[in-house]
Amino acid sequence: MAASVPGPPAAPPQSANGTPVIAFDNVWLGFDEGPILQGLSFAARRGETLVLLGETGTGKTLSLKLAAGLLRPDRGSVQALGQEISSKSEDELLQFRRQIGFVFQEGALFDSLTVGENVAYRLVEDGADEQSVEPQVREVLRFVELEHTANMLPSELSGGMRRRVSIARALVNRPPIVLYDSPTAGLDPITSQTIITLILRLRDVYGVTAIMATHRLQDGFALANFHFDSKTRTVRRGAASDAVTRFLVLRDGHTYFEGSPEELLKSSDKYLQRFLI
Amino acid sequence: MSDTPLQVTQPDSTPAPPSVVEVLTEVAKNAVLKVQDYAELCGRSLSNLFSKPRYHQDTLDQMDDIGVGSLPIVLLSGFFIGAVMVLQTGSQFQRFGQVSLTGDIVSLALVRELGPTITGLLVAGRCASGIASELGSMQVTEQVDAMRAMGTDPSRKLISPRVLAALITVPLLTTISVFIGLVGGMVASVFSLRLSATTFWQRAIAILEFSDLMQGFTKSLVFAFILSTVGCYQGLNVRGGTQGVGRATTQAVVVSSVLIIVADTFLTKLALYLADKL
Repeated sequence: MAASVPGPPAAPPQSANGTPVIAFDNVWLGFDEGPILQGLSFAARRGETLVLLGETGTGKTLSLKLAAGLLRPDRGSVQALGQEISSKSEDELLQFRRQIGFVFQEGALFDSLTVGENVAYRLVEDGADEQSVEPQVREVLRFVELEHTANMLPSELSGGMRRRVSIARALVNRPPIVLYDSPTAGLDPITSQTIITLILRLRDVYGVTAIMATHRLQDGFALANFHFDSKTRTVRRGAASDAVTRFLVLRDGHTYFEGSPEELLKSSDKYLQRFLI
Repeated sequence: MSDTPLQVTQPDSTPAPPSVVEVLTEVAKNAVLKVQDYAELCGRSLSNLFSKPRYHQDTLDQMDDIGVGSLPIVLLSGFFIGAVMVLQTGSQFQRFGQVSLTGDIVSLALVRELGPTITGLLVAGRCASGIASELGSMQVTEQVDAMRAMGTDPSRKLISPRVLAALITVPLLTTISVFIGLVGGMVASVFSLRLSATTFWQRAIAILEFSDLMQGFTKSLVFAFILSTVGCYQGLNVRGGTQGVGRATTQAVVVSSVLIIVADTFLTKLALYLADKL
C-alpha cells in the first residue's frame, strides 16, 4: 500500500495516557420493549482499542451512540474527553461531537452528495474555505485508497467502498476518538480485511483511541495480533508496542467480560467459549 | 422432550391483557406526546431562522423544488378551477339576468378561499409527501444520525430551510394560481357566457378589498407552514424501515391536507370576524 496519510490527530484536551478518554459508569438505557443497558460500566484509555463484543440486541450500537452523545442514558454517567456528556444540552453536544469520528454500520453516507462532498461535509460545516478543503479531501480519500471515487455518488460504490468512504469522512478533521459500529458486518473476508487494515493504520499511525462494536471475534483478534509498520507500509504480525487492545463482552445489558485477548482465550466460561468456537 | 438449542421455552404464565382504560390511557399519552413533539419541531423550525448557522443554499434548493417544481400543477389546476367556477355560477346567474356578477363571485372565491386552499392542498400532495419520504429515507439509513454525529443540527439543516422555502413560495404560488384562475374564468365567461373580458376584469378587481387579499395571503402562509412542518415531522419520526417511509409519506399527505382544511375553517371565521371589527 502506498498511500500518503493525513497529519496526526488533535490530542484530547483533557486526557493523558492512562486517563479514561471514554468512561461509562452504571449506565442504564431502555425503550418501550424494556431495558437494554442495565448498569454498564467500562472505560477506554487514550490510544487504546476497545472491542465491544456481544450478541445482536445486547446494546453495542447503543453504547457507541451514548459515547458520541447521540443518545442520553436513563441513568448513570457517560464521560468523554474529560467532559460529562450525559448532562450536556443538544447545542453543547453538537460542538462536542466535532471531536469524535463515527463510522456507522452501513456507512450512512449522504446519498445525494458525491463521495468528495460527503468527506468534505464536516470541513464545510466548520467554515473551511474551498481551497483548503479540496486537498484535505483528496488526502483522506488517498488514505482509504479511493481518491478516484471523489466525483462518484455513494450508490455507485460497493458496500466495502462505502465503509471506506465512511472511515474517510470520520477522520477528515482528525478526531482523537473514532467509534466503529460493526465496520465489517455483511462484507466478504477480503473486504473485511481491508477495513481492519485501515483501522490498524489509524491506530498505529495516529494513535487514535477507538471503540469497535462487532460480533466478529476475528476482527478483534486481528487488531490485537497485528500492527501496521509505517516504514514498510505493511501489516505485520505481532502487537504494536504501544497499542493496547482489550475486549469487552456485553451480555444482558452489562459487562460480562473485560480483559485482554489472552484472558479471553484462556477463559473457561461456557458463554465466552461459544464466542471462540 | 430433549433440550435442544432450537427448543422454544414457553413462559409459565401469559401476562394479563391490558384493560380498556389502560389502552385508552396509552393512546391518549401517545397522542399528547406526538402533539408535544410536533409543537417543539414547529418552534425550533422558526426560532432557527433568527440565529446562525443558516443554510441559504439549502433554502434556495428547496424553493426551487417546492416553488418551481409545483408551478405546472398549480397553473394547470388554477386555470381550470377558475373556468369551472364561471361555468357553475354563470349558469345560475343567467337565470336572473345577472351574468356580470360572475366576475365578482369568481374573484372573491379565488382570492379568499379557493386560491390558497387548492394551492395548499396541491403543494401538500406534492411536497409534504416528498419531504416526508426524503427525510424518512435519511432517518432509516442513519443519515440524520450521521449528521448529528458530525456536529450538524438536523433541525437547522433539514427542517428550517424547507419551512422557510415553503413560507416564501406557497404565497407566490397562490398569487399565480389566483391570477391564472381569473384568466381561466375570463376565458370561460367570454366563450360560454358571452361576457366581455373588460367587464369581467373590472368587476373581478373592483369587488376585492384589502381584507380579502390579506385573508388569502394569511391562509397561504399558514398552509405553507402546516404542509412543510407536517412533512418534516412525519419524515423524521419514521419507524420500521422502508415500509415506515411509505406510511410516513401517506400520513404526511393525509394529515397536512386535513389540517389545511380544518385551519381554513377557523381562519375564515377569524378573517370574517376581523373584517367586521376593523
